[in-house]
Amino acid sequence: MRLINRQPSRALTVFLAMLPFAALLIAYSVASEIRLAANPSDRLLPSLSTIGETAVRLFTEPDKRSGRILLWYDTGVSLLRLFIGVFCASFVGLTVGLLIGLLPHVRAMLGVFVAVISMIPPLAILPILFITFGLGELAKVVLIIIGITPFLIRDVSQRVVDIPHELIVKAQTLGASSLVIALRVALPQIMPRLIQSVRLSLGPAWLFLIAAEAIASDLGLGYRIFLVRRYLAMDVILTYVIWITLLAFLIDWLLRVASRKLYPWAGKGL
Amino acid sequence: MSFVSVDNIFLRYGTFSILERVSLSVEEGEFISIVGASGCGKSTFLRLLLAEEQPTRGEIRIEGREPAVEPGRERGIVFQRYSVFPHMSVRDNIVAAESFDKPLGRLKRGERVAARERAQATLDRIGLGHMGHAYPTALSGGMQQRLAIAQALTARPRILLLDEPFGALDPGTRLQMHDFLTELREETKMTVFMVTHDLQEGFKLGDRVIVFDKPRWDPTDPSAYGATITYDFDARNNGIPFQDILEADHAHPPA
Ligand SMILES: Nc1ncnc2c1ncn2[C@@H]1O[C@H](COP(=O)(O)OP(=O)(O)O)[C@@H](O)[C@H]1O
Ligand SMILES: [Mg+2]
Repeated sequence: MRLINRQPSRALTVFLAMLPFAALLIAYSVASEIRLAANPSDRLLPSLSTIGETAVRLFTEPDKRSGRILLWYDTGVSLLRLFIGVFCASFVGLTVGLLIGLLPHVRAMLGVFVAVISMIPPLAILPILFITFGLGELAKVVLIIIGITPFLIRDVSQRVVDIPHELIVKAQTLGASSLVIALRVALPQIMPRLIQSVRLSLGPAWLFLIAAEAIASDLGLGYRIFLVRRYLAMDVILTYVIWITLLAFLIDWLLRVASRKLYPWAGKGL
Repeated sequence: MSFVSVDNIFLRYGTFSILERVSLSVEEGEFISIVGASGCGKSTFLRLLLAEEQPTRGEIRIEGREPAVEPGRERGIVFQRYSVFPHMSVRDNIVAAESFDKPLGRLKRGERVAARERAQATLDRIGLGHMGHAYPTALSGGMQQRLAIAQALTARPRILLLDEPFGALDPGTRLQMHDFLTELREETKMTVFMVTHDLQEGFKLGDRVIVFDKPRWDPTDPSAYGATITYDFDARNNGIPFQDILEADHAHPPA
């Protein structure tokens, strides 16, 4: 039988899915063991149990000076920044993308412009953002917005153009105005795609968030990682990295579930 | 004056001549079947009738009025594919035919209930009553086309355009669809243009069968000349087709 036609059984599927995670953990433990055997005070690869203890401490014990559990505080602040940024970017991306996709005049005016703007490396203009918006919340949120909006606009407008022309014509024969076509035909068809694009742009959004927090902030997940770097606190850094990864995975999963629940007609592909 | 008058239209895409010297006059309530080789411009001709595109030369008038500049409720269409809205339930697809010309595409609260009841009645009539809440992807090809035709008719167009509406259906379903269409037509007395690649279907359903073909042919440049109406058959003589050629002056048999 050809390899492409061989399907793993259910149990094997679960086993295969766990395999790379287990391999990673084992490889890490072995490397950590070797280093710690040579030098028990080595800080580069703390043992898994050390990381576990640190994680419990970070999640439960309040900071001595402020009395707050910093990890939860960092998480709240960072997620708020991320959500505001991604929400604004989605809104702008959806609105402008619909306009570009539906209206030839707007497409003629903005099509090339957005293509050029999307080539600006967002991190390169981070200093400009800090100078214009100061070191506060605004600059960080704006970085996320600037970072992912052009992608969302281009993606949404392309998806609007890809809507079968038959459907647009059909709506016209039912008397729909441009506005009605935008609201009742294009918008609902684009929503599951928008969620898909947002899922794709969450990676970059996290990148911009952490970069901005690393450079200028006094709270947030990115800030904490770069702060403890000075003390070579790998156990803290690793806890934060795993936590961020979990959060990102969870958000992605929630968006996928929401998309299937809200737009059951869109099919399993999304 | 005839209901639809197509007056000497030409259509060119750049140097590609697609249609040339197409003239046709159609009485209200006539069923026109359109046949011709694939790629000869039948769909293009429907797009012109729909006013989705404008002819390079000539004009199409309905009841002698100014030619339309864009599609509207007066002319309904059913395509072979993508003919219903996939994001709306089967029932909402019918309601859309009433609501899309309202502001924001929505009916007022009171009207909505009545429109839903009418839509349900329509669905019951076309045998989709039990599928009202499903999405069109759950329907078979034949059901989708039935829904599409019902949706188009709910908007009460003066002219119905069908572009190979049954082209993707199996022969049995196709026969059912013929009965369905014939029945609806008896009721509405609507003017219909239907493109088909099935000659028999064309003669069975149509009052007239018109044939598109290229009367002139330049062997060195196939795109130099467009297609026109080469035959116009009377198909009304109950099952005795190929009888009369109407409008001999418009026919340009291939040389
Ligand atoms: N936008 C376009 N630009 C150039 N050529 C086109 C365009 N649309 C259709 N055509 C050409 O017009 C011809 C007729 O197309 P169509 O009306 O779809 O044929 P039919 O429906 O009879 O199969 C085809 O040769 C096609 O390639
Ligand atoms: Mg065609």
